[in-house]
Amino acid sequence: MTNDKPKIIAGLVIFVLIATSPVWLNRGKTKEAPTPVMAAEATAKGYCVMPKAEMKAKHMKVLDGWRNSVVRNGQRVYVNESGKQFTMSLSNTCLECHTNKAEFCDKCHVYASVNPYCWDCHVDPKEK
Amino acid sequence: MEKNRRTFLKAAGASAVGLSIAPAMKAHAFGEYFMPSDQTGQQENALIGKHWGMVIDLTKMTEEISAKLTEVCHAAHNVPKLDNIKHEIKWIWGEHFDHAFTDHMNLYISDAMKHAPVPVLCNQCENPPCVRACPTKATFKREDGIVLMDFHRCIGCRFCMAACPYGSRSFNLQDPRNGLENRKPTNPQFPTRMKGVVEKCNFCAERLAVGKIPLCAEVSEGAITFGDLSDPESEIRKVLSASFTIRRNPGLGTGPSVYYIVGGGGDHA
Repeated sequence: MTNDKPKIIAGLVIFVLIATSPVWLNRGKTKEAPTPVMAAEATAKGYCVMPKAEMKAKHMKVLDGWRNSVVRNGQRVYVNESGKQFTMSLSNTCLECHTNKAEFCDKCHVYASVNPYCWDCHVDPKEK
Repeated sequence: MEKNRRTFLKAAGASAVGLSIAPAMKAHAFGEYFMPSDQTGQQENALIGKHWGMVIDLTKMTEEISAKLTEVCHAAHNVPKLDNIKHEIKWIWGEHFDHAFTDHMNLYISDAMKHAPVPVLCNQCENPPCVRACPTKATFKREDGIVLMDFHRCIGCRFCMAACPYGSRSFNLQDPRNGLENRKPTNPQFPTRMKGVVEKCNFCAERLAVGKIPLCAEVSEGAITFGDLSDPESEIRKVLSASFTIRRNPGLGTGPSVYYIVGGGGDHA
């Protein structure tokens, strides 16, 4: 009987090294999470459809709810807690104030490797 | 129950599976998320109907008007112009009488109708076969009769295109922005579509919501009447009771909501 112990151990070591390579290859390369930049128009407006903290945590859910309510229920107006009315539209309401899609939306999405397919169809009206 | 190694491992495995999928189950709750109904509404001047319909008066239709309908509609909805005929996208377009009304198999028809451009569009059927065919409910019928598409849900299977007897639907075989000048939408207020979804006329649902009638009816110079077919007092019902109208292939039982006034002689002969 041959002694395969060294081969097996060497193989295991190589496997572990390859499997964990993303961890140690990226050591020390961590980037700080980006902060979205508020456009002047958004700051000037002073309010959003929901409080900042809520938007931060739930904007994807809000947009999902908006599209379902608009497309499937034909309800196009959103009334927020303080009674303000907004047309539920990504391009025509959100981007009306947040005129800097690249700095406001894309920055974090790219960092977090989130690829929402909104922009396959929806238009950034400010984009030239 | 006897506790042995085997039953312990089974229970441990099941618990591990449960614990690991619980967050995923929470995140992807079943069903769609809608805004709470007390937080949503419609614009005050929105046009609300029970059964929207259209009457197209072919005696008033000219080549110019027909071409204009297509042009303004396609510009407003970012419908691409693609050179490859197989990739063509159409919402409203001019057809010959014998192509539009295939069950009117009269060998001899009035010269006026023989040469009249017949604008055809989605018939917003009362009993839409496309809705039955759609496996994802991307195409659905609204309470006001409009057969609408939810492009977010369309998986591009094209069952609806096979089901529609009017050829009202087009499939995006390529990125539709290829067919827009500089890849920019002609109307930035309206989204484009993406490769792999079907599209069709939406009876200008986005305009009805802000109190406007469909664009084709607006620019038709009186050749198109839009209104609520369920309201006996409406303009459209008056037009329908004053003239003889036909619909496209009504024998199929789809119940088209688009009616056509056909004429005899007159200026177009």
